[in-house]
Amino acid sequence: MGLLTNLRDSISRVTDGLFAADEPKRIGIYGPPNAGKTTLANRIARDWTGDAVGPESHIPHETRRARRKEGVEIERNGRTVTIDIVDTPGVTTKVDYKEFLDHDMEKDDAVRRSREATEGVAEAMHWLREDVDGVIYVLDSTTDPFTQVNTMLIGIIESQDLPALILANKTDLPGSDVQQIANAFPQHETIPLSALEGDNMDEVYTKIAEYFG
Amino acid sequence: MPGPKANVDAADDPDDADDGVRIDMISGARMEGLTSMEKIRLILDGVRDGNIVILEEGLSPDEESKLIEVTMTEISPDDFTGIEIETYPKAEAGDQSFLDKLMGRESTQKLTVIGPANRIETLHKDENLISTLVSRK
Repeated sequence: MGLLTNLRDSISRVTDGLFAADEPKRIGIYGPPNAGKTTLANRIARDWTGDAVGPESHIPHETRRARRKEGVEIERNGRTVTIDIVDTPGVTTKVDYKEFLDHDMEKDDAVRRSREATEGVAEAMHWLREDVDGVIYVLDSTTDPFTQVNTMLIGIIESQDLPALILANKTDLPGSDVQQIANAFPQHETIPLSALEGDNMDEVYTKIAEYFG
Repeated sequence: MPGPKANVDAADDPDDADDGVRIDMISGARMEGLTSMEKIRLILDGVRDGNIVILEEGLSPDEESKLIEVTMTEISPDDFTGIEIETYPKAEAGDQSFLDKLMGRESTQKLTVIGPANRIETLHKDENLISTLVSRK
């Protein structure tokens, strides 16, 4: 019966997509911790709605709950694309509260933060499997992209046939290497940007409209 | 049919575990009949015991997603900090037929190494070599 079940699921996905064509697509912002996901989400939300999505921090796992900003209307080339932005916690396979102690945090706070972080990662994975229509994958271009988390997440995104845009963030920092990211995921287009400085956002918005419009 | 528990009697002696690092190499045939959750339980039970688990054929992307999710629910301070997992970068699945893709039958054959995050450290990884340092408890 597995064959029939798979066939039914495949048909269901196609018909769901057809009937949901007019609804805003939910675009998940994914990536490892500290890649600048919330900075990007805030940049997009502020540029097009005037509001922010959530607080930013250099401490890993600042975002510990998925946050959705609904109805973000992006205007490109004379037409408007409406999306919901879902800012997700950074994905990892490990969380050790002791790492937070290095950021001048008391043990109780570090333990609580690590517990919330694990819940957030689990939540992000659930969203990815069930509730997003496309993915913006954010990477810190000053760090090595050849990590297992990146490999697995890109594989998971591809297995679900989700449109994915890879952004090489933090181009304002010394040591930024956009080409290294492009080499790591040659099957996807890589767009450089600095979400913090707002560099190259025009191209980012054009690509968002092209991929998710 | 074999159950999902990977442990074998000879290695269940806790004294043996103190002497070194136990490695469970699990064949594709052993994993074949298991459900996704049985596979994840098999892996995490082994890893939480401090073992290194090597899968001959790896997990599907969906199973990897669930492995991350279940791992997160089991992390607890001063006990279990999560997993380290390494696979060779995925080769292009050029041998998959259109029907396979349509029906969601994914090629998952990729050697996979999984261990406790506090005991395994990847030293080097490329498409032909995974080099890891495994520490004792």
